[in-house]
Amino acid sequence: MNVLHAIAGLLLLLLLSACTGAQSAFDTGGVEAERVLGMFWIMVVGAAVIWIFVIGLSCYVTRVSPRAVDDRIGIRLIIWGGCVFPTLVLAGLLFWGLGMMPELRRPADGPTIAVSGERFWWRVAYDVEGGPGVVRNLPPGGVPSANEIWLPVGQRSTILLGSPDVIHSFWAPSLAGKMDAIPGRVNRLVMEPTRTGVYNGVCAEFCGEAHAQMGFRVVVVSEQEYAAYVRAQAAPAAVTQGPGVDLFLRNGCAACHSVRGTTADGQIGPDLTHVASRRTIGAGLLPTTPENIAAFIRSTDHVKPGVEMPSFGMLPEAEVTAIAQWLGSLE
Amino acid sequence: MRLFGLYGRTQDTLWTLIAAPAIWGVHFLFSYFYAAYRCAPNADIFASIGGTRIVVGIATVAALVLIGLVFRRAWVEWQAKGGTVRHDRDTAEDREHFLEFSTVLLAALSFVAVAFDVMPVLLIGDCR
Repeated sequence: MNVLHAIAGLLLLLLLSACTGAQSAFDTGGVEAERVLGMFWIMVVGAAVIWIFVIGLSCYVTRVSPRAVDDRIGIRLIIWGGCVFPTLVLAGLLFWGLGMMPELRRPADGPTIAVSGERFWWRVAYDVEGGPGVVRNLPPGGVPSANEIWLPVGQRSTILLGSPDVIHSFWAPSLAGKMDAIPGRVNRLVMEPTRTGVYNGVCAEFCGEAHAQMGFRVVVVSEQEYAAYVRAQAAPAAVTQGPGVDLFLRNGCAACHSVRGTTADGQIGPDLTHVASRRTIGAGLLPTTPENIAAFIRSTDHVKPGVEMPSFGMLPEAEVTAIAQWLGSLE
Repeated sequence: MRLFGLYGRTQDTLWTLIAAPAIWGVHFLFSYFYAAYRCAPNADIFASIGGTRIVVGIATVAALVLIGLVFRRAWVEWQAKGGTVRHDRDTAEDREHFLEFSTVLLAALSFVAVAFDVMPVLLIGDCR
């Protein structure tokens, strides 16, 4: 029994530990997530009441007072308890849930940010102009970034979601519900963060081998900090000359990556102009340090199996280190 | 009109059985295709779709009335023969009772399903 108790205690602890943190729908930081959580608790309480009644009734008729029940009573119980009651409850829940949608999707007053789900990372562009729709792609332009989305607190920001390859789903559980990023159409998600902080997001639609390593961060800051951040992201790279730059260009990294201020203008992979200002590399995979950048360059497919970028293990150690040092300085 | 039992007793078949779910299916496809068609290319998501809501509303009333007639026919015939729920003998009469009772259940389900399908039209007035 003691072992069972210990296992039960451990499971309870694990369960409760999932209720807080940067990626928990129970630890909300946004209006939509708060509404969803409120709905969840009401449904949990309602479900518990129904469960207790059904189990109680079943115990009563089988243990406390076991006797034959008239057919008519049985059929009435099935019709009222099994058909009419669930239909009314579901109708009420559907009405309530649908009624929330126009309010959550009403026009936004904050910035418009384009987020493209790509195998297996998130292309981000701040301050784009455009809207949702079908048979179209995300609006071009804007201030490019990747895998980290900054939002001003208290404002309703529009996230325009698209994809050039397969269906992805953009989900930051603490802030809002999930929304699909679908090739050939632009979806709109409104996020209204209510407190500052760093939140985790994930791809919530299986998209291939590295689907589970396709994370992102959402950084919620004040309006002023947001404006300053976007201005800084729009500027060219902090260091545009030196051995790291030369090696980056000579080894062909610029075919896929951009570093504004240098001749590197590849568009296939993430923009690296301010890569060191982001908290993670590899789409939420590793903390941004020169050592981790070097490890990612050397054995990309080991760090992130399925990634499109090839490993550059053939490069001399000194060259990888120099490139990683340079990238690690690009704040 | 025989299907809806307006002229007395009818023979139940698989066609009478699936009539109500078929009406539900047609109503569902029509409502969602029509709303998608009217909203395409979905560029102006805040534009009102009052006309679309009215058309879907008319289709809903029509679907509910048709399902109601299917229900009524099956209900009347099922009740006329006692309204019992057990029909497991290998006879033509029991098969008929079984089909009538199943039609009653399916028509009730289809009625609720159509009402649920149409609820977004009540609450959402644009292409969001």
